[in-house]
Amino acid sequence: MDDRRLEIIIGNLLRAGVLLAAAVVLAGGIAYLAQNHGQAVSYRTFIAGGDDTRTLAGIARSAAHLHSEGIIQFGLLLLIATPVARVALAVVGFSLERDRLYALVSLIVLAILAFSLLHAT
Amino acid sequence: MTAPTFTLIVFAVSALAGFLGALTGLGGGVVVVPALTLALGVDIKYAIGASLVSVIATSSGAAAAYVREGYSNIRIGMLLEIATTLGAIVGAVLAAHVTTHAIAIVFGLVLAQAAYQSFLPGHGSSTDVESDALGRKLRLGGTYPVDGEMHSYGVRNVPTGFGLMFGAGALSGLLGIGSGAVKVIAMDRAMKIPFKVSTTTSNFMIGVTAAASAGVYLSRGYIDPRVAMPVMLGVLGGAFLGTRVLAHARVRTLRLIFGVVVAALAIEMITNGILGKV
Repeated sequence: MDDRRLEIIIGNLLRAGVLLAAAVVLAGGIAYLAQNHGQAVSYRTFIAGGDDTRTLAGIARSAAHLHSEGIIQFGLLLLIATPVARVALAVVGFSLERDRLYALVSLIVLAILAFSLLHAT
Repeated sequence: MTAPTFTLIVFAVSALAGFLGALTGLGGGVVVVPALTLALGVDIKYAIGASLVSVIATSSGAAAAYVREGYSNIRIGMLLEIATTLGAIVGAVLAAHVTTHAIAIVFGLVLAQAAYQSFLPGHGSSTDVESDALGRKLRLGGTYPVDGEMHSYGVRNVPTGFGLMFGAGALSGLLGIGSGAVKVIAMDRAMKIPFKVSTTTSNFMIGVTAAASAGVYLSRGYIDPRVAMPVMLGVLGGAFLGTRVLAHARVRTLRLIFGVVVAALAIEMITNGILGKV
């Protein structure tokens, strides 16, 4: 396994992840529009939404109940997961290459991402 | 405005931004945020949240294509991502503690820089160099194709590049953009990495950087599904089309037109920020 082969595998996985995320967001979006076609909207002033769009548990619950906004948010979570998966795969790849230095570097990046996502939500 | 009208307009604007961003190499985020805030009156916090997820979409979506060209350097990217992710967290936390006017002004300055850059010729300043001691120790050098032949290159000034990358990450977290321009400057100018390697490695890094601030954005409610949905789908679709026609387009002319538009947006953004209208 060399760097280039590893990168090609990762690149293809990332693209598949993005397409899956986009499909989920699109499905949620169609449902949202079908339910709110006459609804007037304004985003002039920022108001933070409830837990069901802001926390991992809340989004999972909302998506499981097939709420359209929960489905969109779940798709966006899948999207946010693609770069995280990329870094995780790099940890595995560098370990297989027995490149300790870069396995460690990738692990540090993964830890920072995990801290940010779990700490914040 | 009703929900379908809003969704459709935002989708169209985002598709155009993604298309132009891909063609000019400046990214979709720098156009989407001012378009949403200035033209559609969307609060800048919704705009930067939606932009951030679209940045992840284009970066992850294009990774396969860039890898196939054989330019990106995963070691350089991964090492510098330590700096960009830490910077991104700081920037995202900062976004909650400064006024929207301040965010608008900083955004305007970044736009001004992007405009300036689009008037410059689209190639780098550096010639291939040997690695310095730290660059060698970290095994950052690599090879890249030039006219079918593999050329080797070295990497210098790692600490300076690392510092600049922290700044790029902070801007990304504060403004919800990829800040690819600053990343390229750090690699091409400071670290003497070939321009092609710098731009493709930068694209690879953008998604990871954005993911680091996504958690903060999500928990603060900046990523609103009703706004992010059309922005993400639009930018992704536009960027996909943009990379398809890239081979046939007259990029030089396009960059100049784009530069004028971005310069106008920069002035709008800064004025509105100072007047307190954004």
